[in-house]
Amino acid sequence: MNPIQQHLIRSRRQFLNTTASGLGLAGLGSMLTQDGLLSAASAADSDVVNPLAPRQPHHDARAKACIFIFMAGAPSHLDLFDPKPILKERHGQPLPKTMLEKVRFAFISKDKALLQGSPFKFHPRGECGMELSEVLPHLGTVADELLLVRSLHTDQFNHHPGQLLMQCGRGTFGLPTMGSWLTYGLGSASQNLPGYVVLTSGRGSSGGATLWQSGFLPSTHAGVLFRNQGEPVLNLSNPGGIPLELQREGLNTLRDANQSRYEEVNDPEIAARIASYELAFRMQTAAPELIDLKSETKDTLDAYGIERREPAGLGGRGKQGADTWNSFARNCLLARRMVERGVRFINIIYASWDHHSNIPKELPYNAGCVDQPIAALIKDLRQRGLLDSTMVVWGSEFGRTPLGENRGGKREVGTGRDHHPYSFSMALAGGGLKGGQVYGTTDEIGWHAEENRVHVNDLHATMLHQFGLDHLKLTHRFQGRDFRLTDVGGRVIPEWIS
Amino acid sequence: MKRPSLTLLFLFLLSSVLQAQKVEFSTQIQPILAKHCIVCHGPDKAESGLRLTSSESAYAALESGAHAVVPGKPGQSELLARVTSAEDDRMPPEGDPLTASEISLLKQWITDGAEFDIHWAYRPVANPPLPSVNLVGTANPIDAFVIARLMERGLNLSDQAEPAILVKRLYYDLLGIPPTPEEVDSFLNDRSEGAYLTLVNKLLDSPHFGERWGRHWLDKARYADSDGYEKDRPRPNAWRYRDWVIHAINEDLPFDQFTIQQLAGDLLSDPTDLGLLATAFHRQTLTNTEGGTDKEQFRIEATFDRTETTSAVWMGLTMTCARCHTHKYDSISQREYYQLFGFFNDSNEGNTEVSASRAALAKYNRDLQEYETKTVDLREELEAAKKEFAPRINGVLQELERQVSAPDSVSFDVASPVRLKTSGKSKLEELPDQSLLATGEILDKDEYTLFFDSPKKPLTGIKVELLTDDRLASNGPGRAPNGNFVLSSVRLYRGRDAEFKDYEAIKLVSAEADFSQSKFEPDGILKKDGKSGWAIAPETGKPHQITIYTTEPVELKEFPYIQIVLDQQYGGQHTIGRFRVSLMSGFNPARALPASLVKGLQTPAQDRDAAQQDELARFAAHRIPATAKLIGQLAKLDSEAPKTPTMTVRIMQPATRTTKVLHRGDFLTPREEVSNSALAVVARTHPLAARQKDQRPDRLDLAQWLVDPRHPLTARVTVNHVWARLFGRGLVPTVNDFGVRGEAPTHPKLLDWLAWTFPREMGWSRKELIRTIVTSSTYRQSSRHRADLRKVDATNRLFGRQNRVRVEAEIIRDLNLSVSGLLSSKIGGPSVFPPLPPGVAELSYANNFKWKTSDGEDRYRRGMYTFFKRTSPHPTLISFDCPDSNTTSLQRTSSNTPLQALATLNNEVFTEAAQSMARRVLQQQGEDDDRLVYALRLCTVRSPSERQLVRFRDLLAACRKYYGQHPDDAKALTKQHMADGTTVEENAAWVATVRMILNLDEFIVRD
Repeated sequence: MNPIQQHLIRSRRQFLNTTASGLGLAGLGSMLTQDGLLSAASAADSDVVNPLAPRQPHHDARAKACIFIFMAGAPSHLDLFDPKPILKERHGQPLPKTMLEKVRFAFISKDKALLQGSPFKFHPRGECGMELSEVLPHLGTVADELLLVRSLHTDQFNHHPGQLLMQCGRGTFGLPTMGSWLTYGLGSASQNLPGYVVLTSGRGSSGGATLWQSGFLPSTHAGVLFRNQGEPVLNLSNPGGIPLELQREGLNTLRDANQSRYEEVNDPEIAARIASYELAFRMQTAAPELIDLKSETKDTLDAYGIERREPAGLGGRGKQGADTWNSFARNCLLARRMVERGVRFINIIYASWDHHSNIPKELPYNAGCVDQPIAALIKDLRQRGLLDSTMVVWGSEFGRTPLGENRGGKREVGTGRDHHPYSFSMALAGGGLKGGQVYGTTDEIGWHAEENRVHVNDLHATMLHQFGLDHLKLTHRFQGRDFRLTDVGGRVIPEWIS
Repeated sequence: MKRPSLTLLFLFLLSSVLQAQKVEFSTQIQPILAKHCIVCHGPDKAESGLRLTSSESAYAALESGAHAVVPGKPGQSELLARVTSAEDDRMPPEGDPLTASEISLLKQWITDGAEFDIHWAYRPVANPPLPSVNLVGTANPIDAFVIARLMERGLNLSDQAEPAILVKRLYYDLLGIPPTPEEVDSFLNDRSEGAYLTLVNKLLDSPHFGERWGRHWLDKARYADSDGYEKDRPRPNAWRYRDWVIHAINEDLPFDQFTIQQLAGDLLSDPTDLGLLATAFHRQTLTNTEGGTDKEQFRIEATFDRTETTSAVWMGLTMTCARCHTHKYDSISQREYYQLFGFFNDSNEGNTEVSASRAALAKYNRDLQEYETKTVDLREELEAAKKEFAPRINGVLQELERQVSAPDSVSFDVASPVRLKTSGKSKLEELPDQSLLATGEILDKDEYTLFFDSPKKPLTGIKVELLTDDRLASNGPGRAPNGNFVLSSVRLYRGRDAEFKDYEAIKLVSAEADFSQSKFEPDGILKKDGKSGWAIAPETGKPHQITIYTTEPVELKEFPYIQIVLDQQYGGQHTIGRFRVSLMSGFNPARALPASLVKGLQTPAQDRDAAQQDELARFAAHRIPATAKLIGQLAKLDSEAPKTPTMTVRIMQPATRTTKVLHRGDFLTPREEVSNSALAVVARTHPLAARQKDQRPDRLDLAQWLVDPRHPLTARVTVNHVWARLFGRGLVPTVNDFGVRGEAPTHPKLLDWLAWTFPREMGWSRKELIRTIVTSSTYRQSSRHRADLRKVDATNRLFGRQNRVRVEAEIIRDLNLSVSGLLSSKIGGPSVFPPLPPGVAELSYANNFKWKTSDGEDRYRRGMYTFFKRTSPHPTLISFDCPDSNTTSLQRTSSNTPLQALATLNNEVFTEAAQSMARRVLQQQGEDDDRLVYALRLCTVRSPSERQLVRFRDLLAACRKYYGQHPDDAKALTKQHMADGTTVEENAAWVATVRMILNLDEFIVRD
């Protein structure tokens, strides 16, 4: 063994002793204090050193982690979650004029539009007997875990503002997203991974990177994009020719040099910089380990549908042939692995649901992509005892019209549906929510949310509640106003809570 | 300093205790009123006659006769009785009652006299006298204010920072580029008294100053290179405004002019193209081109943003709340919001041509000269030929003049069709006046085909009269419910036989109508786009006519039959109800000539201007072969002549609109109409007036009102922005909120002194303001944390030292490229595409964005030139807290995350910087230590301590050893920017060492 290697091992051991033994960043703060690096560890200073230190919630938390599966583009609730036999009966008939007067459409020509029943069959599933579409057979096997909400509504009518509203509570730019609020409120329990992670499959969403922005909160609270193959996090790999041990050696020098500067000027920000380099180094080993699925059993991989073959003849905007099905399945499994490692919020984005046409072919493709992995994820979490503390959410920015799309004013039933903010469905599981129930209804054709209407702000309020956070108290003062995730609305829905 | 006597100290303490007991309205009482009372007893409503917004209204008698507030008499004040009541009449009627401490504050306030004092920021700026403190050394008036506040707490300024740090501070703050060791040395060696000021002046004069401070302004302007929403289309010419900003700041355009041009450059009496370009400030708003959006909705959204951005940038007020409801805290009513909104509602988004850039304009002038030299001979030859052939040219002209002045007489003959048909179950019935009335089913779309026998004279056009009829809805002449129609196209054919087995289309040239609906012009009938056409709303219920001309007289001897098709494809029953056709004969040759030429021919020869003469002479000369040839040659050269280097830019244009309050901010529910006006809280002491009496005030009036030195907010807010950039924190710490909820200034007198002198004595000069601040002792202090300060003032609110500030995202890039010798010093121009990690651009909408990495110099431009795509910004920028450019940003946050560490450790750009810097260091003569000192000085400016040097010496040794044993790794690390005359292993060892120097905290922090 040469002297460098000896030195490396020595310093790594020293490093492990002080940081990697479950201390994490918070631990690093106290380590720095012990070393005299932080002369007086005032509360303010430790916040500076680790802005993601775990924080106490407002009340006892039921959920610790959230996997938000964002179906961007707006899947048709009428073909997936909300059966409407009367709509089917009236297939091809016009809508009464009174219903058309006050509504807006993106593409439908009002005076010619006709009702469009779902081409898919619905069946009761689970002991609870909730009706789900035939294109979601796997999700049916976990029906008793699902809280199916059929009465959501939103204020936004176009994709990008709608997606912002779902992520930020309001359809405008510059606001923090759900994951930002959670790490802002609770910090991060992860020792060596970011608290808020984003995974994507298939094509890009309307909102792009604005869907995981931190808005006016520091970028500490922005989502970190993970890729499920290759380099999982941007810039994670050392440049070619720098092995990990030399990285460590260099970082030791850097830490010493920064520390001597700290001793000169006593600025706690320097301690924070040192801490962030140490976490970066731990991420360099933790993140590749995270995405390496070698330790998963074949049964697990099969359950999630990794290495599935996509059926031929479907696809469309779902990007067939781009390995989308596998990519989504991997993301679901990675989400479980992240939960196990203390990641607070995982946003899985799949953006291919904007079905203005071709629902009979494209919807089964998308449903096929997501159905099995999500069901497997819920079962896997249940089996590992993680589901009670992990909230899994299927969500989108709005629903789709009971009218068929007829661009150009054709008087015929098409194969697509237009944007529909007046009602849509979401499914949730775990996190202390009461599964096996259907909450809320829409009217007989699925137009308006009718009973137990749920605004997106109410959804957010209830989600935060499960995390031990009072949505009225989780605020941040910006430009003279106390902002919150629920904007100026929000109501916790007691019926959802188990 | 003389120690104060004990008695004095006691009196001071006593008075401060007493002072503390006096309740302050704006910070202690107003929030209580805002929280519990204002909704029902505020600017919007005065229930029971109570309005708690001013002393007059609060002291006035209520409907009940009682008085809510009787100054000095809490017992008689109904307000206090009601908030403490245990009965049903307790206020507020819903929600929690007031807390005991809130009630006691209210009581104390009424006892004290119930003053409604004005919030500090709305009071006029005062001209405070300098505190009398002993100023020594480099101190200037700023220091007097700062020292006076410190002395109140028994403190004083910190020592001046060491000279090398001062140089670094100035370079970082004023240019965003680090000084070279040579530049540092030259300052250290300059012992003259004015050395510091000389350096300040040199940096203020540097063209990079405009980049550094221009970028600060671009944060406020929410500048970006793309649309924002969904497809987020690129705005390829957006950079032209960025260039304007850089240039304006380098030229030190006074802030009042800088403001006026950006807010109202289009309304100045003689707008220059650059003045128009400045209005692009408000064209940085987002655009939604998503399918199916309502344009009006997003026009309103952009106008909201303009209103709120203006308010935030110039007045430090956040108005967003008042979009939907009256602002609870800042006394801004919803109505006032829309009165301010009105200024921006009176605008249209437009485009204009501006010179592409100063450099492009200079090149154009050079090319033009070259072109003129090349063509001068030919021009002379042509002039000579024109003289020679003058009689013939004149002859041609005279003939043309005759044709124009005496065209054939035109006549119209009403004609009845011999046959006709429609598209379906509609019918056409001929009336006695030869007009045709449509009856039968009203089709959505229709087409009338009419057949005529040959007229006697050649056909030169047709006239269609649209006639009213009481059998038609709204009296016609159309069949749509409102009497309108759309004539989408007219086609004419001539036939050899009555059945039109053999026929030809007749070419039509133009159409004229007596009236046309906006966007439904008569020429629309000639377009084949399927959407255009002629219509007449709102002038329905009246007769109209349209005349359609053929290109030339149509001979009908061999084709004696005429067919006319009136096509009405608009839909929605926009078909014609009653009409009559006339056939036209007689040809006016003027119709075949360009309009400008006809105008010239109609002008008497002696009245023609030079352009007209030239055009006519050219036209006539064209008809003579000898001159036509020369003209042809010249035209060919002309086609290669340099083009004026203009480009289309987005600007604002004046317009007039009715502004209404939008209920809950919803564009679909407009309420009462409002007129343009300023915020009352400011207008109370500084009213806004239109330039001309009885005119409605416009954006120019608003801009002038803002930059009037009497405006209480503009100067305060602006100097505070500058202060915050130079100290890491503002004198008003909430840089973006000067309202009641913001923090009060830590140094109110200093703030006012700066706000007083900036517009008056400094003439709004940004450079002068910065010069005044950076030459103060306060600015020059060391940034070391001090134990004594920490105890009294942990967050350094008193500025007893400088602050350490991490530089912005763009500057981190600039610093790295600069010390490595890679940075391009090119200023301005189109945005560039430095390397982007793979897979990032693909995340944008439907993967529609391709990032084509720039080559050559553009690969190494400053960070501020990186193409900014709003939905997929460059990740290195975002990691280091670059604002997202979707809304105005007045202050950047500064976070400290592992992703930042990963970026500067591993990202391609930073690795390349390490490689290039290693080469630069290896080019230095000397031993290892000399080179290490050089490298450390490049990044930290200071000479390293022995302790620091030892660390990096050890690292270098470790790296040497490693690469000695791993030549492949050495090769991998030194792929580019290899130094000459050294081994790959040695080079790699330096790259790996330098890489850590580039990651020093000190490097990216302005000490």
